[in-house]
Amino acid sequence: MAFSAHAQSSADEWAIPARDFANTRFSPLADINAGNVGSLTVSFTFSTGYLRGHEAAPIVVGGRMFIITPYPNVLFALDLRSAGAPMLWRFEPKPSASAQGVACCDVVNRGVTYADGRLFFNTLDGQTVAVDAESGRELWRVKLGNINLGESMTMAPLVVKNKVLVGNSGGEFGVRGWLTALDAQTGRQLWRAYSTGPDKDVLIGPDFKPFYESDRGRDLGVSSWPPGAWQRGGGTVWGWISYDPELNLIYYGTSNPGPWNPEQRPGDNKWTAGVFARDPDSGEARWFYQFNPHDLFDYDGVNENVLVEIPVNGTPRKVLLHPDRNGYLYVIDRASGEVISAKPFVHVNTIESVDLKSGRPNYSQSRIPQVGKVVRDICPHAGGGKDWQPSAWSPQTKLLYIPHQNLCQDEEVTPANYIAGTPYIGATVKMYPGPGGHRGALTAWDPVGSRVAWEITENFPVWSGALATAGNLVFYGTLDGWFKAVDARNGKTLWQFKAGSGIVGQPVTYRGPDGKQHIAVMAGVGGWAGGVVAGDLDTRDASAGDGWAAAVPDLPKFTSKGGTLYVFSLK
Amino acid sequence: MCSRSSEPRERATAALLSPYRAGVASVVVVMLLLCACEREERQFSAQGGSSPSAASMAPASITLSDLQPGVSTQARRGERELEVNAFSISEGQRLYEWFNCNGCHANGGGAIGPALMDDVWIYGSAPANIYATIVQGRPNGMPSFRGRIPEQQVWQIVAYVRSLSGQARKDAMPSRTDSMQVKPRQVALPREEPKSSAPPSGNQP
Repeated sequence: MAFSAHAQSSADEWAIPARDFANTRFSPLADINAGNVGSLTVSFTFSTGYLRGHEAAPIVVGGRMFIITPYPNVLFALDLRSAGAPMLWRFEPKPSASAQGVACCDVVNRGVTYADGRLFFNTLDGQTVAVDAESGRELWRVKLGNINLGESMTMAPLVVKNKVLVGNSGGEFGVRGWLTALDAQTGRQLWRAYSTGPDKDVLIGPDFKPFYESDRGRDLGVSSWPPGAWQRGGGTVWGWISYDPELNLIYYGTSNPGPWNPEQRPGDNKWTAGVFARDPDSGEARWFYQFNPHDLFDYDGVNENVLVEIPVNGTPRKVLLHPDRNGYLYVIDRASGEVISAKPFVHVNTIESVDLKSGRPNYSQSRIPQVGKVVRDICPHAGGGKDWQPSAWSPQTKLLYIPHQNLCQDEEVTPANYIAGTPYIGATVKMYPGPGGHRGALTAWDPVGSRVAWEITENFPVWSGALATAGNLVFYGTLDGWFKAVDARNGKTLWQFKAGSGIVGQPVTYRGPDGKQHIAVMAGVGGWAGGVVAGDLDTRDASAGDGWAAAVPDLPKFTSKGGTLYVFSLK
Repeated sequence: MCSRSSEPRERATAALLSPYRAGVASVVVVMLLLCACEREERQFSAQGGSSPSAASMAPASITLSDLQPGVSTQARRGERELEVNAFSISEGQRLYEWFNCNGCHANGGGAIGPALMDDVWIYGSAPANIYATIVQGRPNGMPSFRGRIPEQQVWQIVAYVRSLSGQARKDAMPSRTDSMQVKPRQVALPREEPKSSAPPSGNQP
């Protein structure tokens, strides 16, 4: 078998969930294109046997496909060289069933990643596991998270320079967030960078040069909190990591601070709800930017950072594009951490503007939550203008394709009681559709002009990832189970297919051993948005599912549970 | 303070039987007192009183299966002894929030944990079952609160949890909320008929 020695993907493969270090989710394959996508049909399917939210990307390397399920995180290898892609092996890590009780937003897993003949993934109960891609044999496993402190792991690892980078989840459980580097050969811990606490724990040293004044100073991870609150302050690392080999920097976001009730944590709450640039060798921080200082609405900073080069005032600059939960699209110089522009891509009334001089958002005073008061018409809602669902970038159209929701909420905050291993939130929310009445959209964003190029509105929030291809196509799935291909240039829907369950996964494409281009996606409704179906919630209670019951009470009429891989090709 | 002795009833009966001059109004007043009396029956200490007896909480008395070979011998032990009044339910609600039960079960509609306001009871709907679920924990994510919540307070949480699906007298259930309204008033919701079933998926939260 030909397993290549890289952590990025060759033209025909899809080796890591975001496909490349830059997190573009763009494939150079163009056999399937805007002209012929209409005749796309199913080539095979595979039932995983599990019924929770299937958020992971199928991985394709060396004629094999690897897919991972939500808890209990079963890893399957399928043989793409044989008709019908029979199973080669399955690996069952058997995580603790109790971990399901500390997974805030369904028991999802966002993917397995491939590097140098090995597969790496996290289990819900806080383990990182390495498996031999050929045999399915376990190579090593390490226990990093503790469910009794509310820690779980759901993110997809990224392998950079023989280091497996993994982070924890649990921002709703008063967890202290971290990113950890493990030796890809042995699993030995090389470094750990916390998101709160003293500089030595955060790996902030002499090389730390944040662009903005408010991020400079000693031990801000302690002093920007009430005494001791940083120890249960969130800042978990459950989203995406990107890597720039030229600058030798990794980029990743940190989650919301805990608890949601902001009155319990006066201060900026460093280093939550922002983005870190770090040296992957030492873990040392180079810069940090906080999207949401003293976060008010559960606006995590964990969304993807897509590394691109775009002209700024006529000069090409190396930037990262970050569509944040707060509804703003940030263009940031990825060498310095300077915000070049920040403009809303959805309806936002919680932040009036972002001051590019100080880097700070101007919060709308009328929307600030207070104990003893119900604050209404908060837009975007706690899930943000966009949540974890990753966008895709096409270097051909120079547009960022953002799958997202259009929801607002009413909120009442209450004193949260910290009990380790139980939710630490202190807020009741009731969500509803934003202006226009549609609950989701796929927005093509032009980062040079800071404007919407085109937009497709959807009845339900778009909770799947996006895929862009050189065939001028963009693929995405809907919460009620439609899988769609649209023209990357104008958003015209060219093809659609109704899957057996809602789609919250990440579509990918590859050229199979048969020489044909294929498109693959997992269907299986769930995640925070689909919990109404996956968790059998009773929607008479608007606060069920942390507020999602009121946002999508009708979802059970449109789709039901599932867990199926769909693979498509041209007839 | 009211007690459960028969004395007030006898007095009430005497009032009803006395000639006319008491009038209809007094009858109504007495009826209201009667209701109020039973409703306010409450227990102030963890000792004795109306908490389910230790015997009814013995492991042998808790059943998780509807399937009992031959004729069912299951008595719903504990159910009748549970103190259910406005005080225990409101205390239960306060504790339900204080111990972060609402973080997982919301206001009965469920989130990380299953809904509690519907008719599905995976681990039993009897008070002793719910008590055992809270204290022992359950395998798929329900934490064990053994040693973390005093026994009497667990029973108050049990009373509140049962009220979420209407398993309590309407006059004991809260009629309005002090917080943001997220669901119909409890008294306006139907009493669900508990079914020892699994959720539609067969998942066991």
